[in-house]
Amino acid sequence: MGEFKVHRVRFFDYMPAAIRAMAFNRRTERLALARADGALEIFNFADNYFQEKVIPGQDGRAVEALCWVGRRLFSAGLNGEITEYDLENLRPRYTVEAYGGPIWTISGNDQGTLLAVGCEDGTVKMFEVLEDRIQFQRNLDRQKGRIISLCWHPSASLIAIQLGPELLAQSSSEVVVWSIAFLSDHTIISGDSAGKVQIWDGLTGTLARTHLVTKWDVLALSVSQDESSLVAGTSEGTVVQFQFLSSTLDGQNKDWVRTRTFKNHSHDVRALVHTETAVVSGGMDTQLVVRPLLDKVEKNTQESAMRKMAFPHRSLVCCAKKAGLLLFQFPDHLELWRLGESDGHGDLPVKRKPEKLIQLKRKGEDHICCSALSPCGGWLAYSTVTSFRLYRLQNNTISITKVSKLPKDLRSAHQLCFSTDSSRLFASSINSSVVVVALNQPECKYLHTLKPKSGSREPVHLLFASEDGKWLATANTACEVQVYNLDKIKLHCTVPVYGSCPTAIAIHPTSSNLVVVHADQQIFEYSLVQKEYTEWSRRLQKQGLHSLWLERDTPITHVTFNPKHPAHIILHDMFMFCVIDQSLPLPEAKTRLFNQMILRSLPEPMRILHRHAFKMCKTFQNLMCVRLLEDHSLVVVERPLLDIMSQLPAPVRQKRFAT
Amino acid sequence: MAALYEGYTLCGLAPAQNQSNSGVLGVEAERDSDHVVVTDSTRSVTLYKVSDQKPLSSWTVKQGQTLTCSAVYNPQTKEYVAVSDGKVSADVWRVHCVAGGEPVVLFKRGAVRLLDALLSAPQQPIEEVLAQEESIRWSTNIVTESQQFAIFTTEQKGDHFLYLQRLNPNTLQRYRLEREEPGLSPLSFSASYRDKHIRLLYLYPNGHVYQSVVSERGLVTDEGGQAFPLPRSLLLSLPVGEGLLEAASAQALDEAHIAVVGVPHPSAGSGKDFLCIWNTNFQTLQAGKEIAGKIYGQLWSFWNKLFIPHGKTLSVIPYECPKSSLASALGKMRQVKTEGELEQICSTATTFDTAPVEEVQREVDLLLSRTDIQDLQPSLGQLASTLVSRTLQDPAFYTPSSLAQLVHTRCLCHSVCPDLVLLALERKDYFLCQLCLQFFPDIPEAITCACLKAFISLEPDGVSFMETLIARERGPDGLLNGFSPTSAAEYRSDGLGGGGTRAQQDEEMTSPPPEQICPVGLHKAVLLNEVLQTAYSDSFLLPHLKDLSSQQVVLFLQYLQFLYLKYSQDAFPQTHGLRSPSLSQILDWVCVLLDAHFTVLVMTPEAKGLLVNLHSFVKSQVRLVSELGKIEGSLQELNKMTAKKDVGQYSIEIIELF
Repeated sequence: MGEFKVHRVRFFDYMPAAIRAMAFNRRTERLALARADGALEIFNFADNYFQEKVIPGQDGRAVEALCWVGRRLFSAGLNGEITEYDLENLRPRYTVEAYGGPIWTISGNDQGTLLAVGCEDGTVKMFEVLEDRIQFQRNLDRQKGRIISLCWHPSASLIAIQLGPELLAQSSSEVVVWSIAFLSDHTIISGDSAGKVQIWDGLTGTLARTHLVTKWDVLALSVSQDESSLVAGTSEGTVVQFQFLSSTLDGQNKDWVRTRTFKNHSHDVRALVHTETAVVSGGMDTQLVVRPLLDKVEKNTQESAMRKMAFPHRSLVCCAKKAGLLLFQFPDHLELWRLGESDGHGDLPVKRKPEKLIQLKRKGEDHICCSALSPCGGWLAYSTVTSFRLYRLQNNTISITKVSKLPKDLRSAHQLCFSTDSSRLFASSINSSVVVVALNQPECKYLHTLKPKSGSREPVHLLFASEDGKWLATANTACEVQVYNLDKIKLHCTVPVYGSCPTAIAIHPTSSNLVVVHADQQIFEYSLVQKEYTEWSRRLQKQGLHSLWLERDTPITHVTFNPKHPAHIILHDMFMFCVIDQSLPLPEAKTRLFNQMILRSLPEPMRILHRHAFKMCKTFQNLMCVRLLEDHSLVVVERPLLDIMSQLPAPVRQKRFAT
Repeated sequence: MAALYEGYTLCGLAPAQNQSNSGVLGVEAERDSDHVVVTDSTRSVTLYKVSDQKPLSSWTVKQGQTLTCSAVYNPQTKEYVAVSDGKVSADVWRVHCVAGGEPVVLFKRGAVRLLDALLSAPQQPIEEVLAQEESIRWSTNIVTESQQFAIFTTEQKGDHFLYLQRLNPNTLQRYRLEREEPGLSPLSFSASYRDKHIRLLYLYPNGHVYQSVVSERGLVTDEGGQAFPLPRSLLLSLPVGEGLLEAASAQALDEAHIAVVGVPHPSAGSGKDFLCIWNTNFQTLQAGKEIAGKIYGQLWSFWNKLFIPHGKTLSVIPYECPKSSLASALGKMRQVKTEGELEQICSTATTFDTAPVEEVQREVDLLLSRTDIQDLQPSLGQLASTLVSRTLQDPAFYTPSSLAQLVHTRCLCHSVCPDLVLLALERKDYFLCQLCLQFFPDIPEAITCACLKAFISLEPDGVSFMETLIARERGPDGLLNGFSPTSAAEYRSDGLGGGGTRAQQDEEMTSPPPEQICPVGLHKAVLLNEVLQTAYSDSFLLPHLKDLSSQQVVLFLQYLQFLYLKYSQDAFPQTHGLRSPSLSQILDWVCVLLDAHFTVLVMTPEAKGLLVNLHSFVKSQVRLVSELGKIEGSLQELNKMTAKKDVGQYSIEIIELF
């Protein structure tokens, strides 16, 4: 099929922040996750664990605890504030000061009427949850130490609180209880810095059982909803499961028995969630791990496979394909790099090394949520939740100029995209709308706002402008895909809504077919001219995708096309990139999907017999980005997980503040 | 986990005026778990049906009379026994009766009579057992499989004694309780019988709960009446709050649980009005309950129910102390064998007890031909020990091949038939010894040493005996299960190296240096190798090694040195034999042997050459190892250099897709 010249890039020093807290909403099956830099992520466990929303962090916002109240999400942190988030506009909705010093824990009752926070000064403060805000209700009696952990009894009439170091002082060493759980039978379970998981009778206040699980700390606890299983996360990176089992054969006299130990982390496990079928854990090593419990899921299915989520499910790299530039997005700065060059043919010594042209630090406290580089390399834009900035670049002289006069409609964006000719900038805005501005030297002018007819309020997370400048495709987290006609400035069509969230979209430069890839790994091709699925797409749906394709556990994050071969679709996930040749037969269920090694070993005439449409390359791993440049060479950005690991602090026991 | 359930009232009480006495003389079991007899301190005895909380019948003694001890029920005769005004032929302390035993009368001065015997001769003289100022504090009655006991404690000038009175035949033992802090007397006693031992549990006002264990068989007593000291162990140290306990009682519920009343709850301040169940194994509080009203320090337990007088009521509190095991929790309980299998094992065992050698052999063959032999592991052990004990008793009986076959199944271990190895040694069955050493994972160091000693001092006769044994058992192509120190042609007999032994004199002038000649014969070497490969722990082995004579030590060291040299020269010594000790095992034995006998060796002239040789050899080896370390370092660097060539930060590559 052909050769590719590949720029293999490993200088993107992407470093995810440690996971601090998690909360799982059993009703919506959404996991909220907070990182050490204050960023929040929402994963949809019902949709292949897709990371559907990201709320960027903010300097000084150290989220220590998260909690769902219905569909509303609250956080509290060491800055002493309680924040509710606007999950439609991906920003904090409001912040309330608790006036109790740093907040260590937050918890809502099962009824969704009250929020309790535990503060540094030893108070537990109750807030009433109102429709549009929360209101301080009362203080519980002040305790002597800081409140590290608290937990509601399911009946909501009682609350278990855990103090700081004073409690449980055994022998001479101070023991801190990091986490507690309160069961409906009034059993209280605690995990402490002495490495013990202790089970207490909440009525008599007596210790019923002690399990020593680690030499270090037990940092997190989570109980399954039916209260039959409990997991504890430790500083050693292990998660220990306990189950409430009968110790005698007649099923009487149940007791908490230590059953399994999982070691999926190298560092502290700081956050844990026990879902119905799995243990979800995260911590210092930044990876989110979903470990299915094999007694709860069907064995040897996709559901029973363990997942490690190391990278965001969206691209942090932007490529100016005409100029050969790469833009790397970090929370607090952007880096602009020029790719190197080689002598052209043969096995390639690097003639010119890659070069970092610009490092642009963001202004303000808010972290960068999206950024874009125009295909010509002449414009650079980024947005935070509160501000938007546009810069003009002169690459020959390496100069950067801020565009000072910006239209007032362009205050913040969830996603940015330049047109192919770099004359337009598209910015997704509130209520699924897209703001279109024209870029003319030296200013930029508001043109119009595109709105979907559905009236959806979910944020647009994918934008794609077609090569010919005629179409703009958008996808939002309500799974809606809209295509606008930019000539007529109106909605052209809405693609039939599919039940899984789109993870990548692209419009073919010549045929104007829209390709949409979803979180469940399905691929659709939709003709914008005929406003229907194409023949190829129908054939693919009829035959079904190969089981190995469907079992991949990272989403396709980018789709592009090869102008040299119009039948080729190029897409990638974290572990492979793939060229789909639409002119070749689709792989059947029994066909070997990964067949590149076999084809390589066969003589040319034989290859034709064994070829199929999916040409998958696993040479490159831990992919952040795969792009095709105008000169038909590929850019592959890798971020080896080992490099991330090597930047983590030494494993074992990270002391948490003043312990 | 133990639990206390919701209690209920059995009856109201009429406590004495000063409230110090509950008014209940005693609660005794009646016909079944649902009936008790309550005796109050005035004049009446009432029978209650517990689950209905109601009295079934009641008796009262005549006006002017009083009941002086609690009435008991005799299930054999279905009669009740009560004592009024404390008198039969002498002052009665109490009458006891428990299921399976006869009613027993304990007199205030310590004499004990069966009720029947007493009633048949009411005027018989009652002896005085106790000393002048000694008086009974508590008593009970226990029936074991073979004996009935009357047990009571006494106090004499602050000293407490335990009396164990066996009935039929009557013997009496007297023990002296260790003194607690001065002035403290036990608040309550409770006795239970388990595993052929009588366990006495007693609680002191300072919260200490002690247990003393007395064997059912007991000591042979001289009639002098000297009191033995009664050893005790502290089971629990209960929190007492402020001050000492006053009215408290502890009752053993089962082997791991005790119920305590009148002691503060550890997390509820210093109030003493609690009933708690403690686990004595883990020292944990298992359940607790607040008891309203005054507690009199009285507590009875029958059939998983606790009876407590408090305030103006007598309450019944059901409890539960389940046994638990992790194995059952994890569903790993062993399956029970089927009846048929058990029968076969039993019949085989009987065969082993009586049948001649040939039949035993046949039975073993039959048994071992079974496919499920692994499942029979416990039974096989039983059979082997039957066989061993018969052999021990009957000098004419010995079944070497059957025993060897049983050992070969790998289902046996030393702890299952502890006499087997010594038996094999005694019968000079070195082949069986070898098998045991090979297959038993748990041979104690003492036995290992005994084997070692026997093997080293084997006379050539002994070896040839073993040779014939092996030839008989294993046939001509039998597995020489060991390391062959030299080729078979070089087979040598024993001799101490260094000196002018016969073997060395036979050698030509070109003979290798003495340390390269195997100092022991082939079969001895095989046996010694087996010893070298057994598991042991240094500190347990060392004292037994000291039993070896210096001559034996020197020979053994020579052999170890020979092995070590052999290893250092040959690249793959394991190819010589199937089972040979590893280099580290050899070195460990050299070390432990030197440790055990160093001073002796230094003083022994014939060991001097050996020690010098060893030293110089070890020195050269240390030098070699340090050189090897350097080489390893260099090679590792080389390895790093090749790995580093991998992908850098940026490269331009060509890939091809097909």
